[in-house]
Amino acid sequence: MAYYVIRRLLQAIPVLLGTTFLIYFMVFAMPGNPILALFGDRSPNPALLERLEAQYKFNEPFIVQYLNYLGNIVRGDFGISFSGQSVNDILARTFPVTLKLAVIAIVIEMIIALSVGLVSGLRKGGIFDASALIVSLLLISVPIFVLCFVAQFFVAVQLGWASPTVGADTSLPRLFLPAIVLALFVVATAIRLTRSSVIETASADFVRTAFSKGLSRRRVIPVHILRNSLIPVTTQLGADFGLLIVGATVTEGIFNVPGVGNTLYQAIIRGERPTVVSFVTVMVLFYLVVNILIDLLYAVLDPRIRYVK
Amino acid sequence: MSAANPANTSGHLLEIKDLEVGFRTSRGEVKALNGINFTMDAGETVAIVGESGSGKSTTAAAIINLLPGTGRISGGSVLFEGRDLAKATRSEMEEIRGKHIGYVPQDPMSNLNPVWSIGFQVEETIKANGLASGRKEVRAKAIEVLQQAGLADAEKRLRQFPHQFSGGMRQRVLIGIGLAAKPRLLIADEPTSALDVTVQRRILDHLASLTETDRTALLFITHDLGLAAERAEKLIVMYKGKIVEAGPSLEILQNPAHPYTQRLIAAAPSLASRRIQSAGVSLGGIEHDVASSAEGVDLIAAAETRVEQLGAAAGARPAIEVDNLTKVFKIRTGGLRSENFTAVDDVSFAIPKGTTMALVGESGSGKSTVAKLLLGLEQATSGTITIEGRRTEKLKGRELLALRRAMQPVFQDPYGSLDPLHNIGNTIAEPLRIHGVGDRASRRDRVTELLDQVSLPRVIAGRYPNELSGGQRQRVAIARALALKPDIVVLDEAVSALDVLVQAQILRLLADLQAELKLTYLFITHDLAVVRVIADNVAVMQRGKIVEAATTDEVFDNPREKYTRDLLDAIPGSGIKMGI
Amino acid sequence: MSSETPGAGTTRSANHYVADVEETPIASIDAVDLDEKPSNLWIDAWRDLRHRPMFWISSILILFIVFVAIFPTVFTQVDPRACDLAFSNAGPAAGHPLGYTKQGCDIYSRIVHGASTSLSVGIIVILLTTIAGVVFGALAGFFGGFVDTVLSRAGDIFFSIPYILAAVVIMSVFSENRNILVIALAIGAFAWPSTARVLRSEVLRVKNADFVMAAQATGLSRMGILFKHVLPNSIAPVIVVTTLSLGAAITAEATLSFLGVGLPGQTMSWGNDISQAQRDLRTDPQVLIYPSIALTTTVLSFILLGESLRDALDPKARALR
Repeated sequence: MAYYVIRRLLQAIPVLLGTTFLIYFMVFAMPGNPILALFGDRSPNPALLERLEAQYKFNEPFIVQYLNYLGNIVRGDFGISFSGQSVNDILARTFPVTLKLAVIAIVIEMIIALSVGLVSGLRKGGIFDASALIVSLLLISVPIFVLCFVAQFFVAVQLGWASPTVGADTSLPRLFLPAIVLALFVVATAIRLTRSSVIETASADFVRTAFSKGLSRRRVIPVHILRNSLIPVTTQLGADFGLLIVGATVTEGIFNVPGVGNTLYQAIIRGERPTVVSFVTVMVLFYLVVNILIDLLYAVLDPRIRYVK
Repeated sequence: MSAANPANTSGHLLEIKDLEVGFRTSRGEVKALNGINFTMDAGETVAIVGESGSGKSTTAAAIINLLPGTGRISGGSVLFEGRDLAKATRSEMEEIRGKHIGYVPQDPMSNLNPVWSIGFQVEETIKANGLASGRKEVRAKAIEVLQQAGLADAEKRLRQFPHQFSGGMRQRVLIGIGLAAKPRLLIADEPTSALDVTVQRRILDHLASLTETDRTALLFITHDLGLAAERAEKLIVMYKGKIVEAGPSLEILQNPAHPYTQRLIAAAPSLASRRIQSAGVSLGGIEHDVASSAEGVDLIAAAETRVEQLGAAAGARPAIEVDNLTKVFKIRTGGLRSENFTAVDDVSFAIPKGTTMALVGESGSGKSTVAKLLLGLEQATSGTITIEGRRTEKLKGRELLALRRAMQPVFQDPYGSLDPLHNIGNTIAEPLRIHGVGDRASRRDRVTELLDQVSLPRVIAGRYPNELSGGQRQRVAIARALALKPDIVVLDEAVSALDVLVQAQILRLLADLQAELKLTYLFITHDLAVVRVIADNVAVMQRGKIVEAATTDEVFDNPREKYTRDLLDAIPGSGIKMGI
Repeated sequence: MSSETPGAGTTRSANHYVADVEETPIASIDAVDLDEKPSNLWIDAWRDLRHRPMFWISSILILFIVFVAIFPTVFTQVDPRACDLAFSNAGPAAGHPLGYTKQGCDIYSRIVHGASTSLSVGIIVILLTTIAGVVFGALAGFFGGFVDTVLSRAGDIFFSIPYILAAVVIMSVFSENRNILVIALAIGAFAWPSTARVLRSEVLRVKNADFVMAAQATGLSRMGILFKHVLPNSIAPVIVVTTLSLGAAITAEATLSFLGVGLPGQTMSWGNDISQAQRDLRTDPQVLIYPSIALTTTVLSFILLGESLRDALDPKARALR
């Protein structure tokens, strides 16, 4: 297990270097004064300009600039935003909100995916399975912002079951609607994957052997079928996390949830590029960390991975 | 559920009456079993023998109501101690399974759940069948079960996971689970087919001793007639969902009455090998009767064909000479370290032109690596390969191409050896195209000729591999190998994946082709019984080294190495006395 | 054993049962059955697809959308750019079946003219990702070793940035000259690794097949093996992924346009229209709903086609039905 953890962490290093380099390259390798380019057609405040110059060291060669930027990231300093605020301060305020939203969304997603996927898989070809398929494909096809508006309009405006925007109060009930929307946005692939792995596992030899030992269906389904199906579903969760990040950005923006996604959303809409770059970097790092955690979870779930010498 | 069950009027432990099983498909219900009748008494061992698709495994699954997919019992009854299991409810079946009828599955690799420890999987059996209660008692019982199944240090092993066990150890665990509740009946579905031959024998011996002690009735499912006859008092021969013949094992072996059984007996390598062995005369002089229905699959006749033309090949130059061949693979052992693994270790042999040499060994012995080195699919680490007098290790370009013309392979997997997107005609013609032989028309003629040689209808040229059976695919693979008129054919487990009758047919075909085309064969196999029939010389490989090499008669009559003797003993049917 | 079975053929001894040969005739061993029509993966897939309503519905929808995109004027004579603020958010009127946007433009006409934008972006993106994915995936899988390590790690890096976020950054930099090609490049630049991964794993599976070894032993060159045997046998899943990602690319374009980093406001784009309609969601939801329906239907068509292709081409998916 220790070997696996170390190997996974070592593998993350080139990816970390590569991703940060790519982001930096995309923004700053363009010709012209990159700082002025960052501001587009907006006129910068001279004091901010100076601080950005200091942050990015544009007089140095490109590679030095990049190493400097990387050094800042490694130290946990994500620079300053367009308005001159420290990104770290903004993160401290917004990150807990986003984390809360994401966790609720993932919990809802897992509950829906596992229950719907399990029933679909065990009754493959039935009416429930067919309806679940149609709903999943529809959910895959609806863009997140349309989903948000549909929820906002029907659930909040028409039915009045929730507030259309969240605002400063981020208590659980208020976050519930955006969390459900976010969960629905990512749930379809998870349902489909649960279903297919349940079908596959249910016809596995060891399930038949479990029945032949005299175990009841009530025991075989959770202990042998669902438990084994968790492995591919969990791995998929990592890959889908990118979707969740994009989804969170749009959802937080539309529902006005004061989280990291909303900050990025506002920055994109207003064209505040230094903030965009900082927050995209933050999100990519978050994505990397989550994927490492999921790989470790994978090792916990699958002893074949865990016990590699 | 006791023997004193008043409903059990017949007194049989198991009585199967007119059993029918159907599978629902898009074209309606397809019958897999068509009126099966047999009985078993307490403590009896009965074997069901048949080829794939005969319905033998379906019969086993129907008894415990665990038919796969859309299968269901569509008629008849399964009376177990007088009670009809075909009509039992789900909870009644759950009560019977494990506790009264145990089950040992075929493939130990896929029958234990990889995510739970061995202990967990044994303990849940114990708990489900109420064999012990309380954590400590359950654990103690689990250790007892594993010890009985023949696992040393069972206590430590409880915490380990299936992937940390070898195939043989896993099968012991599964046998332990199957017998944990001391059931009255144990169904063993090909319990050892997935294991190496030497392991097979030990496991079966152990299973026999366990069932004997507890007077457990054993229903043994196998495709190997020799194995069935050796292990069971009674045989049931199945063919296409029906029983064609049933009775005492010896009686059936000596006086097979149904033409299908006659065919099976003629085609079983283990029996043919025993017969040749016990005839006490060299091949060519064995008198034996074979029913006319079994002529095409008679292995002894195949062996005789080979020996007849062996005289012509006597003293021939070697077609292949291998000297001190060594292949070392680097294996990553984690991190940056790597370890050397010697797959082929200082191997030398020579094959006289026009003869067959068998390279025998269990999985991992390095025999397939030797084939790849010969075919130039891997580079040797050291040593030399001389083919038709020419050294081959350094060949490149045109010369290598010329060498490849002289030597062609046939691989094991009939499902993987043909490109599914190319039709049969193009597949057979591919070597001709690669070597630029002939034009379109002449290539087409050659394909027709080759199809005739391997006895396939000519129209098959326009068909695709997925329409053919395993045996037919293997014929196509042989036709492709012969397209360039090679001198040498390397047969890597070429018949191992085939059903016994088809296997016999292909072995006959190979013998006929060798006689007709003066081919040299390198025949790589794990099955010594087949070797007895097909090979002139044998080399036995173990852990990359050749441990014994001699003529086939010598190896079979006077094996020098213990390992060879173990392999020979593992050929089923040693205990059978049979008429020739 | 079955001695008591009555009337079941001849009985040689008390307990030796032999079935009646008439009732259990034995077929010749391994006879060739040529009653079936020729079949291989592609022929089978087509036979399977022919019977799927999902395939026909999605194909017809896609053909229709393509037709609309190429010949928008067949469906509307109204100029989508002729806007009159007097009609801001007005309801349906004669010749304007879906009413007007906030700027007073005809919604129906804007939807019809927006089809070509979505389709063009989708098609360019999948051209890019398929070419890059097939080249990198095939090289990595077939040659393995160092080539594989370099390409796979590079793929991992690109894969680690969610492609819409990457596109947001790229589009932010290209604030001046945003057009269909730029947005397609921005989406495609980080979307190719999924195609590459799919092809790589297929190539790895196929290249170890016995038929590849047989061809190699006969002397077929490396390139011959790659193009004749390996690629044709690994391409089916790529077709499935490509169809599905066409839908995803259309969504991505709309999302970027919605965020204001997509196509410029005057370009006809469903994402732009939805974005502009959001402020009046409470009072005039229809302005937002119609382009949303168009967008979702288009994406759904490609997803449905992709799913039908997967069911037909992937034997594993077939077993799951």
